[in-house]
Amino acid sequence: MEKGTWEIKKGFAEMFKGGVIMDVTTAEQAKVAEEAGAVAVMALERVPADIRKAGGVARMASISKIKEIMQAVSIPVMAKVRIGHIAEARILEALGVDYIDESEVLTPADDKFHINKHEFTVPFVCGARNLGEALRRISEGAAMIRTKGEAGTGNIVEAVKHMRTVMAEVRKVQNLPYEEIVSYAKEIGAPVELVQQVKDLGRLPVVNFAAGGVATPADAALMMMLGADGVFVGSGIFKSKDPAKMAKSIVMSVTYWNDPEMLLKISEDIGEPMEGLEIDTLEVKLQERGW
Amino acid sequence: MVIGVSGVQGDFREHKWMIERLGIETMVVKTSEDLDKVDGLIIPGGESTTMIRIMKMTGLFEKLREKVKTGFPVYGTCAGLIVLAKEIENYTQESLGVIDIKVMRNAYGRQVDSFDEMIEIKGFDKPFKAVFIRAPRIDSYGPDVEVLAFLDKFPVMCRQGNVLVTSFHPELTDDARVHEYFANMVKEYKMHQEMPKANA
Repeated sequence: MEKGTWEIKKGFAEMFKGGVIMDVTTAEQAKVAEEAGAVAVMALERVPADIRKAGGVARMASISKIKEIMQAVSIPVMAKVRIGHIAEARILEALGVDYIDESEVLTPADDKFHINKHEFTVPFVCGARNLGEALRRISEGAAMIRTKGEAGTGNIVEAVKHMRTVMAEVRKVQNLPYEEIVSYAKEIGAPVELVQQVKDLGRLPVVNFAAGGVATPADAALMMMLGADGVFVGSGIFKSKDPAKMAKSIVMSVTYWNDPEMLLKISEDIGEPMEGLEIDTLEVKLQERGW
Repeated sequence: MVIGVSGVQGDFREHKWMIERLGIETMVVKTSEDLDKVDGLIIPGGESTTMIRIMKMTGLFEKLREKVKTGFPVYGTCAGLIVLAKEIENYTQESLGVIDIKVMRNAYGRQVDSFDEMIEIKGFDKPFKAVFIRAPRIDSYGPDVEVLAFLDKFPVMCRQGNVLVTSFHPELTDDARVHEYFANMVKEYKMHQEMPKANA
C-alpha cells in the first residue's frame, strides 16, 4: 500500500474539476459553502479583501480556526501557508488538512525559495501567472495550479490575463520542435522535461483552476470558457450581500458555463456582488509574490 | 452505442478518455435531455454533495432514478458510488438508492490517508491497481448485490443488475478493464432493447 504518491496527489485534484472551492472564515460559513455545493473550502482567518485592508503580516490561520472548520463539513478542507514556510506546512499536514495552498495571499516567509512539496504526503496547490511559473511550481511538487489573479479585488482582469497567458504559452509549446523546446524552457525558467510534457499533452500536466478576482457567476463562467478546470472564490462569496445565493449561483455557473440560457437563469437574482477595486489603485500587488 | 459520462462535476474527462480508448462513442451528460442520447452512464469521482445538489436542481436526479429502474446501466466511482447508494451512514444526504449498499463517507480518513493497492477482481485474470482517494467504505450490502472485489473485509466493487460501483478510481490508471466490464453491461442492455419482442 502506498500513500501520498504523485498519482494520488494529482488524482485528488482531478476530483475538484468542474467545481468551486470557497474561502471561509468560520464553521457557519463552511456549512453555507457545503450546502451551496462547494467541492472544498479554504479555511482562513480573514478573506483576501480583509487581509488587503488590514495590512501587516498575514500568516497561516490559527489551528483552532482550521479545526473548527474541519469538524463542520464533510467536504475537503484546504488551508494556506506562507510561501517557503516549511514549518507551517508540516503543521497543517500533521493536522490533516486535505490540501495546502502555498499562497501569495499570505506574506512570504522566504524571498527566494518555495517549499519542496515532493517531500510531503499532503498535496499542494500554487498560484501562477504564466507557464514558466506554473512549471516551476509543478517541478517543486505542486499537484494543482491556479491563476494568481489579484486576490481580494473582485476584479477579474488579472485572472483572465494569467489564464490567457498560460493557455497561449501551452499552444506555443505545442508547435515547437525539440531544439527550440530546450531554449524556450530556459527562457521561461522551467525544466525541459515538463515543457516537453506540456507539448505532448497539449495542456498543463496537473489540474489548472482560476483564482483571484471572481465575484459573479458570469466571472466564473468566463474563466471556464478560457479553459479553467474549476474556480476558487475568495472574497466574492462572503463579501457579497447574499452569500448563500451567490455561492449556489457560482456553483451552477461552473457546471453550465457553456449554456447561455442556463447562465441567464443563474445570473438573475444573485443580489449585490462584492465591491471591486481598480488594479491601478492598489498599493500592494499580491500576484508579484512568488519566484 | 454511446456511453455517457456525467459532467455535473468531477473527473469526467478521465472517464471519457477511458471510453474513447475502448473505441466507444461517448458524450458528457449535464441535463436530463442529454440522458436520452446515451445507452449507459458513468458518474465520476468528485464531491457527492455537489453532484446531488446540481442533479436535483436540473431534474437529472429524478430522471436518472426512473431510467435506472427500467434497466438503464449506470456505473459510479467513489462519489458516483455515493450518489447511487441506498444509504449513507454518517451524513444526512439524499441519494438515488438504486444499489442496496450501506456506505460510510470518508471512512478511510482524510487525503493524507488516501492510498493505492493491488486488488483481485472476480473474473479478471490479473490483479488491478486500485486508487482510493478519500474513499467511501461499503459497510454492508443486500442479498441482491454481487461483490466483485474486496479490500480486507470490505467490498470495493459491487454490482446489482444494471448498477455497478467501485469505491476506487480505475479512470486514474492506464488499466481499462473495469470500463470494459461496464461497456459489456451497456452492450447487453442495448442488445436487449433492440431485440424484437418474442410474441410480437
